[in-house]
Amino acid sequence: MAKKKTTKKKISVNKSQKTRTRIVDKKRDAETIKKIETLTGKIVKSSLAQREPNFEIPTRSISNMKYNKKKRILEMGDATQTRSLFNLGQSRKFMQSLLLSKGCKTLIGAEKTLSLRGMYYMGLHTIPGTKEKTFNDQGESDTILEDLEVAINGLREELHIFAKKRGTMVGNITVVDNGDEINCRKMGTGGYAIPSICEPNIMQFKECTADFILHVEKDTVWSRFNEDRFWETHNCILTEGSGQPPRGVRRMLHRMHKELKLPVYCLLDCDPWGHYIYSVIKQGSINLAFESERMAIPDAKFMGIRSKDYERLDLSDDVKIELNDRDINRAKQIAAYPWFEGKREWQREIKTMLNNGFKMEVESLITKDISYVTEEYVPARLKEGDFLD
Amino acid sequence: MPVYIAFFTRHGRQQMTPTISTPEMPKAKKPKQSTRSKKTRTAATAETMAAGQRDISVSEFFAKNRHLLGFDNPRKAMLTAIKEAVDNALDAAEEGGILPSIHVHVMQLSETRFRLTIQDNGPGIVRAQIENIFGKLLYGSKFHRLKMSRGQQGIGISAAGMYGLMTTGKPVVIISKTKKNKPAHEVVLKMDTSKNRPTVISDNEHPEDDKLFAEGHGTQVSIELEGKYQKGRQSIDEYLEQTAIANPHAKITYITPSNETIVFPRAIEELPDEPKEIKPHPKGIELGTLIQMLERTEARQLGGFLQKDFCRVGATKAREISKSAGMTGQTWIKTIGHDEAEKLYESIQKTRIIAPNTDCLVPMGSKALLAGLLKEVKAEFFAAATRPPSVYRGNPFQIEVAIAYGGDLGKDDSSKVLRFANRVPLLYSQSSCSSFKAVAETSWKNYGLTQPRNSIPSGPLVVLVHMVSVWVPFTSESKEAIADYDEIRKEMKLALQDCGRKLGTYLRRRKRMARESERRSVFERYIGEISRCCNAITGTDAQKLYKALMKQAKRRTDEADAQLDDEGKVVDDGGRLGIDEDVVIIEGHQEQGGGEDTLFGSLKPKKKTKRKTKSKTTRKRKAK
Repeated sequence: MAKKKTTKKKISVNKSQKTRTRIVDKKRDAETIKKIETLTGKIVKSSLAQREPNFEIPTRSISNMKYNKKKRILEMGDATQTRSLFNLGQSRKFMQSLLLSKGCKTLIGAEKTLSLRGMYYMGLHTIPGTKEKTFNDQGESDTILEDLEVAINGLREELHIFAKKRGTMVGNITVVDNGDEINCRKMGTGGYAIPSICEPNIMQFKECTADFILHVEKDTVWSRFNEDRFWETHNCILTEGSGQPPRGVRRMLHRMHKELKLPVYCLLDCDPWGHYIYSVIKQGSINLAFESERMAIPDAKFMGIRSKDYERLDLSDDVKIELNDRDINRAKQIAAYPWFEGKREWQREIKTMLNNGFKMEVESLITKDISYVTEEYVPARLKEGDFLD
Repeated sequence: MPVYIAFFTRHGRQQMTPTISTPEMPKAKKPKQSTRSKKTRTAATAETMAAGQRDISVSEFFAKNRHLLGFDNPRKAMLTAIKEAVDNALDAAEEGGILPSIHVHVMQLSETRFRLTIQDNGPGIVRAQIENIFGKLLYGSKFHRLKMSRGQQGIGISAAGMYGLMTTGKPVVIISKTKKNKPAHEVVLKMDTSKNRPTVISDNEHPEDDKLFAEGHGTQVSIELEGKYQKGRQSIDEYLEQTAIANPHAKITYITPSNETIVFPRAIEELPDEPKEIKPHPKGIELGTLIQMLERTEARQLGGFLQKDFCRVGATKAREISKSAGMTGQTWIKTIGHDEAEKLYESIQKTRIIAPNTDCLVPMGSKALLAGLLKEVKAEFFAAATRPPSVYRGNPFQIEVAIAYGGDLGKDDSSKVLRFANRVPLLYSQSSCSSFKAVAETSWKNYGLTQPRNSIPSGPLVVLVHMVSVWVPFTSESKEAIADYDEIRKEMKLALQDCGRKLGTYLRRRKRMARESERRSVFERYIGEISRCCNAITGTDAQKLYKALMKQAKRRTDEADAQLDDEGKVVDDGGRLGIDEDVVIIEGHQEQGGGEDTLFGSLKPKKKTKRKTKSKTTRKRKAK
């Protein structure tokens, strides 16, 4: 998950026209609180018994990643790391973890949600008798929260924490968000902002007529499609994730794919970052592998931009963006991922890009015509069924 | 004195006019005009050369070559004069079994002229010997015997008087009192350099001088000389300080040219043991010496000679030596010529003879070394090591080393090496001294210090190296540096390593303690937060939890506590330093952000510091 840097925002649930509080799943909350209490209880117990207070955190790194070939998603392995108080390198993090656990419990108890930044402020204070602050920046608290999620095996949503809204949606679907009915066909030029929490208790699908979902990388391309009413002409849902899609967008895509049985096509840049976005949508991310089951869409397809498009569409030289060393390394890394390793077409795709020595953005198609992408490129791909898997 | 005599004879014909011409100086014999001064070269005949060939007195030689005795420049000359006088004073008092109390008074008379007055409480000198001791070079009690003492040759004090006479023309004044009921004698004397003979100018009984000697006996010598007074390195002050370190049983009162009084108090109330005199060891002599001994011996037969004039030779050994030299114990000494002597010498080298007995050596001992160092150096860590006696060239010797680290010692400079020989500080020619080389050769990096290549270590360190021997091999007559014998250097290094290991242990422990207390403070900072959080989540009593966690934090960092107990002394860190009586650690040493950069901090009268210097003496453990 990319970091959200924003001012704190509270969901203003009470400001809706009807006097209705936010939908609360009391049972789920009670479970989460129980989890927090169990974790803390263990620490207290070993402290009082003069044993080393510590807790286990499943390791969130590529070394502890397993690609489940059967499910075609990334899963977290069994490796854990111990975080203990009496270890100089972990002492501070240990304290921060407890601080945020306490914050989460308070939050759940108050039946409210907070943004990541809000949580940062909630745990922030100066340690009495010192000049040391409990957190130096939001980054510190964000990682601790992710640790906490895996440590208590509870999702961010369950901890009542949400990230900054990112990503937009438009198309032939009507959803109910926290009781409000939203017709995504009537969202104007801005589209419907996909919320950070898209769990079934908050978000329900009322009615859908679309045939598929087209996910594009960023809002500039999305605006092009929306303006050309692509979702109307091709009967689809159009989503966008502002680069690496946040959890909300991924959860939304997953749910629409699973519950409405809609295929997902991705239109992303032809560069290692585009490829990795696709990989995250398809298999899940390394950092949030524990959520893959709820987010990954193993059947998602990669539509473009393809490295062969430069020749196939006879694009001008001006669209070429030279690959730098970082791009090349990243591309090689991606090609070596186990979930890419066995796919010959993907290997060829990445090899062609490396041989070309340049990358291309979706916007490069504008050199052909302003609406080339919506009128020619995507319809042609859909018709040919030419996708990378 | 065979060495000197040979030396003079060889160079005899090159003697020239003495260049020193002070009015008071007794006229030297007019030298013959050298043939060389003539323009045209006239070949000298044996007869003309013979006219120029004559005896040179020792005093004449040293008057010209006074740098050999340490009188090179005014500053050093003044220091050497004081050094010789103080050495004699300490020797005299110790030999008399008296705890030395020495007064040194340096009075500035003019820009370059000083009067030095050194007074001791020794047994005094009988009237008849005064002029010989102070007015004759190479006259003394210490040269012909093998016994540990400060003075060796009998040159020192008379040379100082000679230097004074030559530079100022003023005679030496000696006042000595031997017994309470005997009057003090005041003798004023000059040296006749050409004859190496004293000339007494006046000799009075001075009953009023009795009050000089409170204890009823003692000697005072006054020398007027040309000098230069300067503080700092190689100064009189430094010399006296170091003397005080090496002689903690002596009390030294020093009145500086600026009329300040500095007292170096006595730290130990008992005299060191009286060193024993020994006979030479057969392995320690050379052929020439052997021949000389054969000529001089009172024994009439070889067996008697070997047994009586040497140590470690009994009847059996004497027989063994004689036999392998083709002689018997009954061989008459008279019949032994040069060839036989050579055979005898070879046979001695071949025979196994046990090392000389070492009870003739009286080292200061770790306790006194530490006491001396503690008194003068403000450091936080002290360690001492005394090596068992060893032998070089047949002379027994023993090495002692002490180090002081940290505290008020200069942090950035390189360390200081204090060198001592038979309790006498050595201030000059540091780099050619065996002890300095030993310090530089020791690898201090192993003990946690930084050390530039081929150099002594840097950091707040003082290293004291002390050699005691019946005959300290100095590199020159001015006794500035110890000659570099392998055996000596090896012993020094072993002792240094011993101290170094203790220092290393201490430094490592100190580092660990600092790290542990750092760790603890980190834990303690967070424990409060954690207790409050746990309290908010599970409702556990925050205070109870806090206490439990603090207890655990303390336990986990208990090494930091090593120094935190009441006495400020390491109790026992499961190891070595706490129970080593050769180590003193001064805890809680406050670093005084000081402007003073001198070696020992302040030169003011030593204030009694509040430092605790307890050292456990329960049991001694060898530092492995």
